[in-house]
Amino acid sequence: MSDTPLWEVFVRPRRGLAHTHVGSLHAPDAELALRNARDLYTRRQEGVSIWVVPSAAIVASSPDEKDAFFDPAADKVYRHPTFYDVPEGAGHL
Amino acid sequence: MLQDIACGEASCNTDGVYGNDFGAPDDPAGQSLLDQVEAAERELRSAAERRLAGDDHLQGYFEAIIEADQKVEPRDWMPDDYRRSLVRQIAQHAHSEIIGMQPEGNWITRAPSLKRKAILLAKVQDEAGHGLYLYAAAETLGVSRDELVELLLSGRQKYSSIFNYPTLTWADVGAIGWLVDGAAIVNQVPLCRCSYGPYARAMIRICKEESFHQRQGFEILHTLAHGTPAQREMAQDAVNRWWYPSLAMFGPPDSDSTHSERSMAWKIKRFSNDELRQRFVDMCVQQASVLTLSLPDPDLRWNAEREHYDFTQPDFDELMQVVKGNGPCNRQRIEHRRRAHSEGAWVREAAAAYAAKRAVREPAGV
Ligand SMILES: [Fe+2]
Ligand SMILES: [Fe+2]
Repeated sequence: MSDTPLWEVFVRPRRGLAHTHVGSLHAPDAELALRNARDLYTRRQEGVSIWVVPSAAIVASSPDEKDAFFDPAADKVYRHPTFYDVPEGAGHL
Repeated sequence: MLQDIACGEASCNTDGVYGNDFGAPDDPAGQSLLDQVEAAERELRSAAERRLAGDDHLQGYFEAIIEADQKVEPRDWMPDDYRRSLVRQIAQHAHSEIIGMQPEGNWITRAPSLKRKAILLAKVQDEAGHGLYLYAAAETLGVSRDELVELLLSGRQKYSSIFNYPTLTWADVGAIGWLVDGAAIVNQVPLCRCSYGPYARAMIRICKEESFHQRQGFEILHTLAHGTPAQREMAQDAVNRWWYPSLAMFGPPDSDSTHSERSMAWKIKRFSNDELRQRFVDMCVQQASVLTLSLPDPDLRWNAEREHYDFTQPDFDELMQVVKGNGPCNRQRIEHRRRAHSEGAWVREAAAAYAAKRAVREPAGV
């Protein structure tokens, strides 16, 4: 099992919704990963589409540097509509 | 890693897993278990929007997450003991789901109708799924699936003692669904609010599936209890045998319970063993009356002052004996698992060889 790769599983619950991460599993190849994902995560029709991605292929931002990484957005309150005062009586804004 | 997560003392599976790790935060009377699972899921989302008060230093940030009822995620910093406790608890929980397939699997070929057989197959298959969700959750803590399987097969990690009892008649399948899955649900619903994200999410998924398990067991017993006198007797006999082992699933009494305070502080566990056991008893008395079966306890009676049922405690010496390996089926269960694992080796090897061959021929994948 040690050389059986780990896969991350994403399921689209219904048409129109995004694929969501549901968990992971081991499988020797992509095809078996898909079949295992079907049996493991959609036994009750929880999805209409499945993605499997080798866990090793995922690059993640580090929680330790989350401040430095996301800081640039912190002082840009003007990106939110609530930053602006709308004069009394202005409609459709 | 192997060494430090191995179960040191015989008592270790009395503290997690199917044992004593729960409590229901608001415990709203009258709320169904499924409602509680959904409430936990809603809370998980809303807590995530709360701003954290803690500083940015590791320990402080970890504590602030716990304080705000938010979830700790795999790549967050966490104390070593928090990680170790979780690995042990989640692994033992996973092992219990996997070993737990055996007592009921014993009746799949002998189910009394095609319908019952299909239901039982689906139920046992769910338990395999629960084991896999949980192994996957444990792996996010940096332990490998191989290590965990090895710890189970070598007996260094335990599984719930309940699965060391035999299933003698078809009615046992009903009693397991009603009492064993019922006790597991009472244990597990509070775990949906556990502070570790992957475990909490796995528990939400599991608890939603468990309610079918409990109902199918209840239905089997209800059918037998309203059948021929012999069927009725078989149902009562099964309840008599499974009642006390089910009560023992909640672990030793609070007075003897070790290291649960820290689990409480870390919000891994939220209710004490005795609280959960009481909740289970209160729930079963009413259900037994609907079944028209009796619970094998002459001292079971309503206590108006406590507003709970008084009941006889399970035999905790017997529990410790079973935990130590001296239950009726301990050896059979682990031998069966070892055999299944080694007999499956050629399948794993063939799949790996096929994958390797295909990777050479068509490197693009599917
Ligand atoms: Fe389960
Ligand atoms: Fe179950």
